[in-house]
Formats: sequence, C-alpha cells, structure tokens
Amino acid sequence: MKIVVDKKEYEVDPRENLLEACLGRGLDLPYFCWHPAMGSVGACRQCAVKVYRDENDARGRIVMACMTPITPNLLASIDDAEAREFRAGIVEGLMESHPHDCPVCDEGGECHLQDMTVMTGHNYRRFEFPKRTFHNQYLGPLLNHEMNRCIQCYRCTRFYTEYAGGKDFAVLKLRHLVYFGRAEAGVLENEFSGNLVEVCPTGVFTDKTLKRHYTRKWDLQMAPTVCAHCALGCNVTAGERYGTLRRIVNRYNGQINGYFLCDRGRFGYEHVNSPKRIRSARARRDAGAAEIPKAEALDRFSSLAAGGKTLGIGSPRASLESNFALRALVGPENFYAGVSDASYDLLAAMLQVLRQGPAPASLRQIEHGDAALVLGEDVTNSAPRLALTLRQTIRQAGLEQAEKMRVPRWQDHAVRELAQKDHGPLFIATPYPTRLDDVATETYRAAPDDIARLGFAVAHLLDPASPAVPDLAEPLRALAGRIADTLQAAARPVVVSGTGAGSAAVLRAAADVARALAKAGKPVAFSLQAEERNSLGFAMMEPKPLGRAVDAARAGEVQTVIVLENDLYRRAPAAAIDALLAAPHVVALDALETRTTAKAELVIPAAPFAEADGTVVSSEGRAQRFFRVYPPAGGVQDSWRWLADVLGLLARPEGLAWKDLDDVVEAVARAFPSLARIRDAAPGAGFRIAGAKIPREPHRYSGRTSMLANIQVSEPKPPEDPDSALSYTMEGAPVEPPAALLPFFWTGGWNSIQAVNKFQEEIAGPLRGGDAGVRLLDQAAGGAGTLARAPDGSASVPVAGYLDSVPAPFAPRRGEWLIVPRHHIFGSEELSAEAPAIAELSPQPYVALGPSDAAALGAAPGAVVNVKSEAGSASLPLRVEPGLPAGLAALPAGLGPLAGIPLPVWGRIELGR
Amino acid sequence: MNPTLLKIVVILVILLVVLNVSALLIWLERRLLALWQDRYGPNRVGPFGLLQVVADMIKIFFKEDWIPPFADKWVFVFAPAIIMITVLLTFAVIPFTPLFQITETNIALLFFLGMSSLGVYSIVLAAWASNNKYSLLGGMRAASQMLSYEVFMGLSMMGTVMLAGSFSLRRIVEAQQHIWFVIPQFLGFVLFLIAGIAETRRLPFDLPEAESELVAGFHSEYSGMKFGMFFVGEYLGVVLISALISVLFFGGWLGPVLPPVVWIVLKTLFFICFFILLRAAMPRPRFDQLMSWGWKWLLPLSLANLAITGAVVLARGR
Amino acid sequence: MWSIIRSLWLVLLHMFWPRFTVQYPDQKPYLAPRYRGRIILSRDPDGEERCVACYLCAVACPVDCISLQATEDPHGRRYPEWFRINFSRCIFCGLCEEACPTYAIQLTPDIELGEYNRQNLVYEKENLLIGGTGKYPGYNFWRVAGVQIEDKDKGQSEREAPPADLRTLLP
Repeated sequence: MKIVVDKKEYEVDPRENLLEACLGRGLDLPYFCWHPAMGSVGACRQCAVKVYRDENDARGRIVMACMTPITPNLLASIDDAEAREFRAGIVEGLMESHPHDCPVCDEGGECHLQDMTVMTGHNYRRFEFPKRTFHNQYLGPLLNHEMNRCIQCYRCTRFYTEYAGGKDFAVLKLRHLVYFGRAEAGVLENEFSGNLVEVCPTGVFTDKTLKRHYTRKWDLQMAPTVCAHCALGCNVTAGERYGTLRRIVNRYNGQINGYFLCDRGRFGYEHVNSPKRIRSARARRDAGAAEIPKAEALDRFSSLAAGGKTLGIGSPRASLESNFALRALVGPENFYAGVSDASYDLLAAMLQVLRQGPAPASLRQIEHGDAALVLGEDVTNSAPRLALTLRQTIRQAGLEQAEKMRVPRWQDHAVRELAQKDHGPLFIATPYPTRLDDVATETYRAAPDDIARLGFAVAHLLDPASPAVPDLAEPLRALAGRIADTLQAAARPVVVSGTGAGSAAVLRAAADVARALAKAGKPVAFSLQAEERNSLGFAMMEPKPLGRAVDAARAGEVQTVIVLENDLYRRAPAAAIDALLAAPHVVALDALETRTTAKAELVIPAAPFAEADGTVVSSEGRAQRFFRVYPPAGGVQDSWRWLADVLGLLARPEGLAWKDLDDVVEAVARAFPSLARIRDAAPGAGFRIAGAKIPREPHRYSGRTSMLANIQVSEPKPPEDPDSALSYTMEGAPVEPPAALLPFFWTGGWNSIQAVNKFQEEIAGPLRGGDAGVRLLDQAAGGAGTLARAPDGSASVPVAGYLDSVPAPFAPRRGEWLIVPRHHIFGSEELSAEAPAIAELSPQPYVALGPSDAAALGAAPGAVVNVKSEAGSASLPLRVEPGLPAGLAALPAGLGPLAGIPLPVWGRIELGR
Repeated sequence: MNPTLLKIVVILVILLVVLNVSALLIWLERRLLALWQDRYGPNRVGPFGLLQVVADMIKIFFKEDWIPPFADKWVFVFAPAIIMITVLLTFAVIPFTPLFQITETNIALLFFLGMSSLGVYSIVLAAWASNNKYSLLGGMRAASQMLSYEVFMGLSMMGTVMLAGSFSLRRIVEAQQHIWFVIPQFLGFVLFLIAGIAETRRLPFDLPEAESELVAGFHSEYSGMKFGMFFVGEYLGVVLISALISVLFFGGWLGPVLPPVVWIVLKTLFFICFFILLRAAMPRPRFDQLMSWGWKWLLPLSLANLAITGAVVLARGR
Repeated sequence: MWSIIRSLWLVLLHMFWPRFTVQYPDQKPYLAPRYRGRIILSRDPDGEERCVACYLCAVACPVDCISLQATEDPHGRRYPEWFRINFSRCIFCGLCEEACPTYAIQLTPDIELGEYNRQNLVYEKENLLIGGTGKYPGYNFWRVAGVQIEDKDKGQSEREAPPADLRTLLP
C-alpha cells in the first residue's frame, strides 16, 4: 500500500502501523513504548506525527504514529514544525526528573533515551523544581535497578508480565510516582528478566554482571557468535575488553531468538573469565602438573597420538570442526561419542526422527502456531528461549480473534483486552511441574513411558494407521481425545519434545503425533530439543558409543585416549570413566578444569566459545558459524587448530592441507554429505566489503594507544584473524555486512540495540540479506511416507511411516523409585554453572519426591536421604516437589555428586542417619 | 708541482669546499629565514648553532635506512645518487679562479646543460621507484617543469656566449674585464635566474615537492641518508647556480683589491642569500601558472633577447 | 612584478626588526592557568576522587591515549580501578577536559614532559591524581547525580524530592 511521508511516496505493508512503516523505510522517528515484538500501546506520546486529510489540508492534525493504522494514500509528515515541537515537548517532560546520571549509568552510550533526546533536539533543562526520586530494589544477581531514571514507558512490565508471563513484577503507585518493581526486594523469578536490560529504553534495568567489569558499548570488541548454553542456537553478540569477555547481548535472528534471550544465555558467559580456565598446556610430571610451552605440548601430543591405538572422545559442546579434526586424527573407527550411551541412543533416535520428517521447525514457526503439545520436555529449563516462544504461540488465538474484529495485531492492549485470560491450547505432559503450567490448558504428570503412551494415543486418534496403545486407562484416553481434537482443529499445530526426559519412546511418540498431523495436511511445527550446543551436529558425525570405548579400555587394547572439550564424569558413572581414563596415556583438550582434565597426562588449553571459531548445528538442524570475539592470550587456541597442528606434525595430508577454518569446513562438508551445506553458514575468510574486512571494534573504540602502554609503550600490530572475514581493528567498510558476520547493531543516531530496526528488511522481519544460518534437515527424505506440507506451507516434504514401539505403562516399584532428571535453567548446564551470577541462582543438589512418597518414606523436606542406584549413590537433602507423581523421584540434571549417572534410572532412596 | 697531483688537490679542495658549503647552507638558510621572520633559528648547538648541521648529519646517518616494500628497490636506491653525481660533475667546469678550475673545456656551458638535464632523471626515477601516487605526481611535475625551463635556460645564456664568443666559462669571465655581462644581458640574467630557481626546484618553484599538497612530492618515501642526498643535492644545486650566475653575468673572480677567490665566494654567497630571500618572501604559484609563464612569456622573451643580442653583435662586428 | 620586488624588499627589511622568540629554557614564558599541558586528575571539595570512570575522556581522545577501567566501591560510588594516559601519544588538544562531566580531568600549564625513555611517559592513576580541585573549585558531581553513595541517600542530591513512599495510599 502506498503512503506519503514528507512528500515522498513509500510502499508499505497495510498490516503495519505508521511508526513501523516509517522505521521500516529507514526514516527516523523517535519512540519509547512501542516495541517491535510487543506492539503499540500509545503510552509515551513520543512518536507524534502530523497526518493530513488530503493534499488540500494544510493544517493537519497530530497523531501518534504507533497508534495510526496504514490507510491508502495516507499523508503524513514527520518533519512538520508543530509535530517536532510536540515531540521536543514530550521529551522535555520525560526528562524533567531524569537524574544527572549519564556518566555513572551503565546505559550511557547505548541509551535509547539519549538517542531520542538528541533526535528531538532537547538539550537544556528548564525544569527547576525538585526531581522525584525512588528507592531501588535488589533484584538478584543479574539485574541492577535504578528507578530514578525511569520515564514510565511501561515496556518493562509489558515485557515481564505480559510477554514473558512473570508474576513478581508490577507497576506500583500512581501519578508521577509510578514505580516499576517487585512488591518487595528479591530475586526476579522470571527466566527472561535479563531482557529488561534491552527492553528498558534507559538505565533503570542494567546488566549487573557487566557492572562488575563495566565497559561502554563503544569500547567493546564484538563478534557475532552463537549461544553456548543450549541447543537452540540463539544468536548473540559477545563483547570483550582488555582480554576478558564483558557481556552478551541479543543478536537478532528472525528465525530463532528474535529480540529476546534467556538469562542463562545472557549471563552464562562468565565461565570464559573463570579462574578455572586452562591458560597454557600442562603436562603431568613426577610430582603434580607443570605448565609447558606450546611447542613442547605439540611434540608430546603428536608423539602420544602416533604411538599405539588411540581413541578420540568427541563432544557435543565442541564445534563440528573440532570434532572432525579429532576424528581425522584418530580415524573414524576410533572416534567415540563423549555422551552417555543413553544420550547417544536418544540423539540417534532424534536424528533419525528428524531426518524422516517432518523437518524441525524454527522458533518463528513455533511462535506462529495456534495449538501446542509439549511431550516430556521441561522447555523452560532445557531450552529456555522456546518457553518464551510457546507463551506467544498461545496468544495466536487471541490475535486471530482480534483480526476478525478488525483490531490490528500491533494494538497490543486492545488485543490483550479482547483475549482476556483466553489463550490458545497448550498441553504439557512432563514428569514434574513446569514453569509453563500457568498457561497450560491441561497438564499431565507421569513417568516418561506414560507420557510416551499419551503421545502414541494422540497419534492413533489423529491417524488410525499409527500404532494403537493397549491398556489405555480411561482418564488418559479422555485426555488423549481432547488433545487430538484440539490439534485436529488447529490450523498450525505445534509439537514439542526432546531428549530432556531421557526417553526415546517420548521422542518417537512426539514424532508420530507430528507425522499424523502432517499426514492430515497440517503445516505442523515440530521441534525436538537436544541438550547441548552442537548435539545434533555431533550426532551427524556418526561417532561410536562411549560404552565401547570403555570396553576397549577395560580390555587393555587402548594406548592413548584423547578427550575433546568434555568432562566425561558428567557423562557416565565414575567407575566407567575411571576405567577409560586408566589408559596409559590421556590427553584432554578443554577450556576449563574438570575432573577429566585432572586425570589427563597432557592438558591442552582449548579456546572457549568466545575465543574460538567454528560451526554448530542447533536442534532446528540449523548450522551456524560462530566467531572469535578476541584472540586468545597465551597458548590457548581452537581445539581444531591444536588437532590440525598435531596432524601437521605427523605429516598427515589433512594437517598439511588445513591452513584456516575454511579448509576444515570444506573437509567436513566433503566427508559428510548431510553437512555439505555448512559451507554456506557464513561467508568465508576471504569475504571483503570494498576490499576491507569487517571490523570487530566500533568506530569509536577508545584507548588503542594506551591500553597496552603499561607493558610496552610502542603499540603492537593488531592481531590478524586468518579464519574469518572479521578483523580485530576498527578499520573497515561502513557497509552492512551479511547477517552471519554482523558484529553489532549500531547506526548513525541509533546507538542502542534498537538500531536493529535499521538492519531488517522490515520491522521484526529477517535481517537484510536473510537471517544467519543454513538449515540442514530440510531435504530430509524418509523411506515409505506420504507427502505433507512443510511447516511454512511452501513445499511438500515426504514424511516417513510410523514407529511402532509403544512402551508398557509405568509400574511403580516397592521401595524403588524411577529417578528422572529435573532440569534447571541455572545450574544444569555445565558451562554457565561456572558463571558466578548463574551459580548464585543454581539450586543446591537435592533429590525430589512427591508429597505422598515423601510422607511414605517418613522424611521431612530437607532431611538427608541416601540415594542408591547401580550407577552410583550419594546422600542428598530431600526436596518435596508437589506434582511429582508417585513412584518417581527427581535429581537435578548435571548438578551434584550424581551428575554423571544417566537418568532415568531405577534407584533406592532411604532415610539417612 | 706535478700537474696531475695539482689537479687532484684542486678536485679535493673543490669537493670539500662545495660539500661543506652546501651542508653549511642548511644552517645558513635556517638562520636567514629566521632572521627575516623575526626569529632566531638554530642557536643551541655550538656557537651560533653552527653545529646544528653536525647534529643533523649524525641523526640522519643513524636513521633507519628504510626502503618501502612496494618500491622498486634498485632504482629507489640509485635515484638520489644521480642528482649528487650530476651536480658535482658540473662543478668540474666552473672556473672559481683561473687556478681553481678542475677542467677547462670549450664546451663548459653545454656540459652544464647536459648534466642538469640528466639531473631530471634522479627526480623522475625516484618518483617512479617510490610507487606512490604523490611521488609520481611530484615526479611528473618535476619532469615537465625542468624540461620547460631548461629550454630557455639554454637560450638565456646564449647572449653571454655571443658576447664572449665562446662556450668556455673561463673565456666568458675574461670577456667581462670591462663590463659585467649583467648590463648588456640584463634580460638574459633575469631569465637565467628564474630558470635556475626552477632548475634547482627551489621556492617558489618547488612544485615537485609541494609539501602542502603532495606530502613531500617525489621524495615522500625517502628517509635517512637517501633523503639526505636529495637534500644536499638541492643545496649543491643552489651553490652551482649561484656560482654560474656570478661567472656568467657578474664577472666571476674579477674584482678590484681583493684576491679572486674572495670575489667569487662573495658573489656566489650573495646569490645564495638571494635564493634564501626568495624562499622567505615568495608564495608558490599554481602549476599551470608556472607552465604558462615558462612557455608563453619566458621562452619568447629569451628568444627575443637572443635575436636582439645577435643583431647587436652582428651590427657591431660589421 | 612590482609586488614581487616589493615583498622581497619588505622581507629583507625584517632583518632589522626585534625578534619575538622567547629563549625558553633560560627564559620561562608565562603560561596561563588554562594552558593545555600535562593532564591531571583532580579531587572534589571533599577530597575524594572526582573521576567517575565514565569513559568519556577516553572516547573523546582523538589519539586514543587514555584508557581506564571502571569499578565501584561497596556503596555504589564509581571510580577508576586504574587510569592510564600515554603522554607519548597525547596531543594536548584538551578534548578530554571538555568531555569530562565532573571536572576530574584537567590540563595544567606544566609543559616540561621530556623523557629519555618513552616508557616513562605512560602515566598511571597514582601519577595523575593530585590533591586538590584544580581549576574548578566547588563542584561535586555526586551532589548532583541521582545515584546513592555512602553518605548520600536517595533524594538527598541537589533539587531532589524525598524518595516516594510506595506503601502509602495517599494520592
């Protein structure tokens, strides 16, 4: 549709409002309360423009652009003198009580309020009366609160309570004393509270972890990277200063994280600065370990790798390139998976299911679904950003209803008023209560096998061709019926599951539901969640199960074991790992000290995510390249480079051929046809814009001639990056790089992260040139299958037949419990748990029982109980978890003394002394 | 004394004097410029700052001898030597006194013209070898400027040659026993002076260098002693042109009372100071102005001078 | 032509003019208090460090010769953990002083910074911090800013109302 702004014609989407239309066309119009993901409420009055009735209307009238729908041939003016005066007046009013804080405010330099104030031209305070002030609240280790700076745009509460479903944050007081905070000081409960840092247009909410090593945005050396703390592959921008990682901010990717991150992803970065970092190679000598220089480490490594049978243990948290280099060093026959055999089977099942279709859906597709079924996965804790997406999925019904009543989608409060508490259907079947239960239509608490049975029952109801579930209890049959009916009625159903419950049956059941829906012609958004950053990509490299490596070690056939970025003690019971690491020689490559590195004869310092380049494959099957934020200090380098160096010393053809990342990527792509497309995940190291690399440092990076002057007054040459098209300098073409290489969002006049509007093809649409990453599983073809529409409705994809392995119903045992893993957003994931702020929020190790079981055991909450299983035993405090079904116990995943035992497992729980 | 040995002594003395004078000129120029600009100039190192030159020399010798990696290495090294060689060779034909002359030839003036034409190569090759846009621009300017001004430089001297009836510089000086040629050949003198400034690339005609627009023109990439050679080459050029002016138009060593060597030194020094005064007072013209003066005014004027002198000589000779 | 000769003559006459040069080491010139020489960090009237580590001087510096790291005391008062100026790069343009919101960084009329070793031109905070307020007495940023520090609660800054009571029901 055509509109005219300031006498220039623009072609715009009629579903947008005038503000979005203007911003999307690159016009500068100040705003505060509007947010591209949250729509308009018209609270701040800042985006005032003039609209005119027709060409003859000279006076026009002032309207709020964010509340003005696009009409054909709309005549508007941003530049009109009266509109400008109006906007300047609004900012002056907002600034009345804004404190004189900018120099000590963490937002300064990337402050939306600063940008908008400059944009409107207000520069002198005329207000002479006392400013209103507030006391601040302690909001936990993640966020800092400074209420004086508030300009009452209401974005925080709209995000926190309405968008993210938080319950412990509200608007208090009235008049000019409106207060945004909690009823009383305390840790913010919502897992997405960190987004307030970016949502707040000024410095009311700032990053507390950044504050400890505060650096302005202009001083950060930044690079595009991929979050290291779950398998969703959210895009993040990491920033470094003086050799330490300073913070993570969201990097918009329209297909994945959009505008928001979870708190684990945002605040887990500090593991990179951990005192447990391995900064140089260490070799075990007679007494203790000694640091050795890089050349000696390489010599020892290569002689160990050359002598005798060598096993390589890969890692789902290492990049494809690192795993592949290890595989090349030890040979495919000696390349083992560094995950428990149970996880291995789950990953294999997941990969098989996804390859047979339907193809995995992106978060954007899930967000646009209208009915969701979550089978077995506690998404808030295992893939947190997906939980935020599911909260939007259930809003689709309300949005559609609003559209029917001709209320535009962006009219946020009108839409919410219209929907009231009604939201779209969301069914959650998990072993224990989840944080999404508050918006679930129905929940089902049961053992993983029963959850799988529910899934199979739903699939059977949707398509009688799928396997029937014998002995289905009546309540479960009724529930399955309701779920099946809802999914049947939905236009874009969503099915979410994952490896979190530790059950392959659950995965298969979810796949059967998705297939039944696909067969019925529905564009089903199907998503399976793996646990770690590169779980799926790692599985695609076809490693062998770890158990066999342990067997080989026990048989004494092994000379050397090379462990890549992996703490094996988190993967399998200690006895098995002890046996494996009892091999004559053990080499461990890792960034942090772990129990595994403690056992190694040679410890090689591998680069953590912020200091490494590589490619990872998310649960969506999306291959994404991540880039070094800064060159690692000392002997640290990428695992793949260490391994390539060793290959080179051994004069192996790969080692001689691999000069930079692109060579390794090419080798991976050649070796695995299914990974062939990772070449396209990002432009190679030879990519240039106007002959120049893309600068990692902003144009106003400061202190170049001073930051190292204490060491040597002559500035060193900036380090070079042979592996990517990014440079460690501030020189480069000021042209928009491709999305995969975007180091930061920053344009003229837009210093805050809101500058992202200027990088998108349309507001909230893809970044210009397409969002980053390539999907690897799209063309997955099954054997005997029918055609169904792809989730986006564009093409037809073949879908395989059904899987027939319906498990028997769960039968509680006397004196024994089925111990299931309970995931924690803070603590369960290995790396983020090393970040102090996350560690503070992480729970203490415990074992959880349902109230009735706890009563039967005669243990009070907090009592120490002994947990015994085949794989290991420990004494842990008891936690009573209402909602945990009888016969089930839960252990925190990845936490505490039993972190290594594969769950679920049967175990005994006895009262301790 | 053995005539060969004598020649060698003369050569050594001239070489020593000329090189030292040109080095001292650096100090003289800085002091004079300062004087005319109400400053002091170098006055810290040694008496009257005389040792400033020594300090500068030490510094320049210890500077890194840097050859840019993109330069044409051999040409780059060779270029500064050419200017030194050509200018120094020219001194061979200058009759400082009847005694102090290295070689007396009857084509001395032609030799001078030939050498100064070869000097252009130094500039152009330096500019070309530097492989730098500014240098190349400077080199192109130098080539066209020196080519243009050389044309009438030669013509402007022909008047004196006609009057003396010889290309030999000694004969020319001896022909001025009664009257300095500056009087009959005033126009020739002015033209030769202008051409001489242009030939030595001195202000106001230092367009090949033009530090305000071309960084440092043809020697932008030069540093250390190689730069020093250009620098000294320029001062040698100044001494040469000044000495030539005295020889051609002001009677060379001729003068009353004082010994000849004092006369020639005084006269040369006067013109050196005049060169420096020009630098203190004159702005630099635009390059197109320089070229159009050269071809549209100075060349016709020198032709006219030649024609008139020729006519007069013919008329008198008859 | 005439103008050329005239200017030659006029320049020549300058020979007889007095010289303006001040013979510096023997003869000290007068430098105004606002002369742009060696940079210092000043203290506020209470004797505390004025610098709040806002990084504005660093970003204003055209030769990027200032670097620092911000930190906070337990009560929220921000100050530089370390502060470094590389005087071998400094061009004494004074932009850091202009950018400083707290009058902390100031240029002084001390110009005698010569060193035989370049490394000695790298000044750390202990070399920069002076005891007094420098050119600007009286100003204390923390009395104007809205944040809370050790001896100043919310609402106690200049022109501030007492903090709002969230519990009262009165309008």
